[in-house]
Amino acid sequence: MDETTTAVAHQFDDAAQQHEASTLGMWVFLATEIMFFGGVIMGYTAYRALHAGAFEAASRHLDIVLGSLNTAVLLTSSLTMALAVRSAQVGKRTSIVVFLVLTMLLGVAFLGIKGIEYHQKFVDHLVPGVGFSFSVRYARDAEMFFYLYFVMTGLHALHMIAGVAVVGAMAVKAARGRFTPGYYTPLEMTGLYWHFVDIVWIFLFPLLYLVGNRV
Amino acid sequence: MNGHILPVRVYVTVFAALLALLAGTIMAVYVNLGGFNTVVSLTIAVAKALLVILFFMHVRFSGRLVWIYVGVGFFWLAILLALSMSDFLTRARVPYAGG
Repeated sequence: MDETTTAVAHQFDDAAQQHEASTLGMWVFLATEIMFFGGVIMGYTAYRALHAGAFEAASRHLDIVLGSLNTAVLLTSSLTMALAVRSAQVGKRTSIVVFLVLTMLLGVAFLGIKGIEYHQKFVDHLVPGVGFSFSVRYARDAEMFFYLYFVMTGLHALHMIAGVAVVGAMAVKAARGRFTPGYYTPLEMTGLYWHFVDIVWIFLFPLLYLVGNRV
Repeated sequence: MNGHILPVRVYVTVFAALLALLAGTIMAVYVNLGGFNTVVSLTIAVAKALLVILFFMHVRFSGRLVWIYVGVGFFWLAILLALSMSDFLTRARVPYAGG
């Protein structure tokens, strides 16, 4: 075990206590993130409850194939992230780096697919603003749906960009041998963040793409 | 350190379950279940989130204190949604009758 990387900060009794403090701190941060996304989900819930028909009509204009593909991409990235942490637990330095790079690539693929979808929305005049165009009956409330769509997926995409950057930093650390089976807390916390962003998408997918049915 | 190393098999099984749930939720949207479409899609989302939280995020193998911290985040979200919607859904839709 590498003595320098397993040092316990003076305020902790032992490594286990230090590790639990890190985990709890990370979950406190994630609780603030739940509330951050919670505000916009609250707004979404109120508008959808009041304008269910418009939301269902607007939702059908989202590309369910690309949305489903992106969900699969993100679920796969969570698997590679979990396997990166496991590789650190068993001390396989090379496979930590490989799994982290795979996680980054899947994250970038997600953002690329999201970009294709955004582009399509501009082409179809579904971006809220002066160019917005929708069947007259639902136009006003459908515009609100697309406003929420861009805010929710946009905030999520920002979290993905931050995630890709942090995973990249962890890949560099891993390549330099900073993680051992005795100490890999930063990698583990990065994993918690990545999985959390995945969970946000797990909820955004049905809320945005699966409103009502597509029969 | 934390001492809980799961076999790769567990992660792959959870991943397969996540993909199966994704396939299920996509198929369900092509069936007209009325109001239950939303119930089905959100129930599946909760199931997927639980799998990620319990296994990928190792909460299943963490101490009670971690469970409490995880729980309160979602509990606060439930308060936000429940109290706000109790307002939005019960506002009387009657025309203004004042002078």
